[in-house]
Amino acid sequence: MMKLKFFEEKAMKGVMLITTLLVFLFVGSILYTIIRNGWRAMSWDMIFSLPGGGFYIGKEGGLLNAIVGSLYIVGASTVLGLIVSIPVVFYLNVYLKKKSKLASVARLAYDVLFGIPSIVYGAFAFTIMVYFGLKSSLAGGIIVITLLIIPIFIRSMDEIARQLPSDLLNASYSLGATRYETIRVVIRQIAPGIATATLLSIGRAIGDAAAVLFTAGYTDNIPTSLGQPAATLPLAVFFQLSSPIPAVQERAYAAALILTILVLILSILGRIITNRFSKNRIQ
Amino acid sequence: MIHPMKQENRDFMRHILFLGKNSKWYDRADSSELKGSFFRPNQKFCVEHAQRSNIVVDHLNVTIQDNPILKEVSVEIPDRKITCIIGPSGCGKSTLLKSLNRLLDMNEDVHISGSVLVDGEELYAPDVEITHIRRKMGLLSQRPCPLPMSIYDNIAYGCRIHGIRNRKKLNMIVRYYLQAVGLWDEVKDRLHTPASRMSIGQQQRLCLARGLAVEPHFILADEATSALDPISSKTIEDLFLKLKEEYAIVLVTHTLRQALRIADYVIFMYMGEIVEAGPAEQIFKNPRQELTQKYLTGVFS
Amino acid sequence: MKAGAKIGMKTSKIRLFKDKTAGSVMWIFTWLSVLLVVLMGIGLILKSLPILHDKSLWELLSGAKWKPMRGDFGFLPFIMGTLWVTAIAILWTFPVSLFTAIFLTENSKRWVKKVVFPALDILAGIPSVVYGVWGILVVLPWISDSLAPHFVEYSTGYSTLAAGIVLGVMILPLLISLFVELFSCVSVELREASLALGATRWQTTKYVLLRKTFPGIVASVTLAISRAMGETIAVLMVCGNIVQLPTSLFDGCYPLPALIANNYGEMLSLPLYESALMFAALILFAVVFVFNVISRLILRKIEQNVS
Repeated sequence: MMKLKFFEEKAMKGVMLITTLLVFLFVGSILYTIIRNGWRAMSWDMIFSLPGGGFYIGKEGGLLNAIVGSLYIVGASTVLGLIVSIPVVFYLNVYLKKKSKLASVARLAYDVLFGIPSIVYGAFAFTIMVYFGLKSSLAGGIIVITLLIIPIFIRSMDEIARQLPSDLLNASYSLGATRYETIRVVIRQIAPGIATATLLSIGRAIGDAAAVLFTAGYTDNIPTSLGQPAATLPLAVFFQLSSPIPAVQERAYAAALILTILVLILSILGRIITNRFSKNRIQ
Repeated sequence: MIHPMKQENRDFMRHILFLGKNSKWYDRADSSELKGSFFRPNQKFCVEHAQRSNIVVDHLNVTIQDNPILKEVSVEIPDRKITCIIGPSGCGKSTLLKSLNRLLDMNEDVHISGSVLVDGEELYAPDVEITHIRRKMGLLSQRPCPLPMSIYDNIAYGCRIHGIRNRKKLNMIVRYYLQAVGLWDEVKDRLHTPASRMSIGQQQRLCLARGLAVEPHFILADEATSALDPISSKTIEDLFLKLKEEYAIVLVTHTLRQALRIADYVIFMYMGEIVEAGPAEQIFKNPRQELTQKYLTGVFS
Repeated sequence: MKAGAKIGMKTSKIRLFKDKTAGSVMWIFTWLSVLLVVLMGIGLILKSLPILHDKSLWELLSGAKWKPMRGDFGFLPFIMGTLWVTAIAILWTFPVSLFTAIFLTENSKRWVKKVVFPALDILAGIPSVVYGVWGILVVLPWISDSLAPHFVEYSTGYSTLAAGIVLGVMILPLLISLFVELFSCVSVELREASLALGATRWQTTKYVLLRKTFPGIVASVTLAISRAMGETIAVLMVCGNIVQLPTSLFDGCYPLPALIANNYGEMLSLPLYESALMFAALILFAVVFVFNVISRLILRKIEQNVS
């Protein structure tokens, strides 16, 4: 009996170790595969030039259109997302009382929105766009990505904001501040949360292909107005990978590498900024 | 009991003392005699002759989640004295304190009836403009709670809210109040570093200075020394003794000894009711109620 | 002195007005964002009404024939495809993430966490299209060269199994972080109480931790399932996209999101086709909605009990 108990303990520990190592195996394998394959097709041209005439049969050109398109969409929707979600988080945590019905319904709604697949967002947004007579365009992509990341923003900021010490709010109120004026205190306190949320959403936004599949379209040029279609990196990977020509497929790997590097940079930046912003925070 | 002329009186005194109608002490200091040593703020000038500001609590009932926390509490809090609220834990000391600046009804399931008059203004009137009453009440919480910004901004925050944006004035306010709590020499070289990096005793003094900077009439302290080391809490106590010349200080305390040391008036509460209130001397020397006697002698705590 | 009082009142009135206005604006923002769920539901229902008028719900859900040209819209192959892929993914990730989470919260040293959590962050951050590329480059060859020959004569690798594996890796970080959060809710005292009775760590885990968090585990898995069902691009890239009822792990399949992604925007001139695709989106929406609401409510209850 005694022995069984200790054997079980050892065995389980072994299993846990294996599963944890498995996680590392996946991370390593994915990074290794993407870097090794992407590196071969990588060149300055890939990053700094537009697709040339014969790009899609394997001739000269690069992915600048997709890189810039992705940055446009992600940049604009991050700004829009922040504009909408900071007030919402502030309202939920400062204006509403702790057990408010609205807050609880709203939080559930954001959880649901967070779970809704991006393809459904894409299809829904496209229907709306068709209804209003809009074509696939930069604006469409920005709108759908904004809708997609708002719940991510709100959820992850709310998580930090819910831990706001009530002492802190009280301290501000007792100086005679209104709730609205207290935003200055709250913003500083949840700044790391905002930074993390922003980077999380950017990561999600830049990598999402399904939502922009119909709404942003695809083009070989850099869009110069909101009405023009815009290429995005994930779609560049997706479309080129489905080409039968090996040289084009190689470029898909390069695009995937660029995308991965962007996401990794974002997550590293996230950590740095989180640490930086935390300095004013009150525990 | 009620002094509708209260605010006017203060303004009047200000006028007599050449401070001008709406001027505050820093207006004056801006132009004149701030050389080396620091000057006195207007409170100092007003107090001598002005009528006293006070808080009158009248039949206050508070229930939280249908549990009565305060029952029919009626008490008057005098100006320029240290009033200590003592009693066993859970007797409603902190609730009473928080009901004095309406931080209590920010929570749900709280029902309040009765009245609290602050300088003649009903705190629980439906259309009361609460921010200016809260400004009159400096709050010092149990654990120091600096705002998540620099030391300088912590003090300037309240002033900025109330419309003071002049950099020079702000500098002076910050300096004056940091001096008032004895922090200036300790932090003058790092005014723009985060307040959270100070020691906990310094933080509490900073919070006090922050409260003083918006010119309150009262200081509400909720066990303000319980999280501090003995030396820091001694500093705070000494500050209270100094500040009571200008402010009414209400202090919730869990240590009888502290009340013994600094209280002018004592309110003894038990199970949500005020058992006895009066001058410290009388309460400690010959309490009228048996319950008070028992508490003071340590039969229960 | 009256003027002074007035000015004071005036500024505070402006401040209060600002406070109120900001409050209303924020209120509107909050409601708008909440309404997004409702709008989406209504929009999808409206759009799928035409096909629901034409055919009964049961017919759509149980029909196996998919010939849009002839007006046959049977969603069963897609629904089965989604279920198969999701089931495979959950089946293998559930134990892996459970054990990893237990390891992280119960047994590991501080430095282990410092290494594993960033790795999970990376895994969670990698875009789904990159997972797709990884699937094509690594999982597909592995299946077609090493695994499939033992079971079937020939497989390209594009299969339900491949989709399940890739999808599993994608939901791994989500599931692990949900479990870790859940386990760290259980108080240390409870564990110490069990350890003090002479139980080993694993026994404590088995009898105290897992039993105590069982509802939470169910809720987390539900959440992961709903997330897995909607995953589009990566699955689409490796699943084969063949309209059939999958009979073995090495058959290709065609999940619902892939159906929408591959066909939406094209051939919308066909009668009812757009409506059919919106119906597919509606199915996904409904499933995700129900699963999410249920699991979130359970998790919320657990949180409340703890705090």
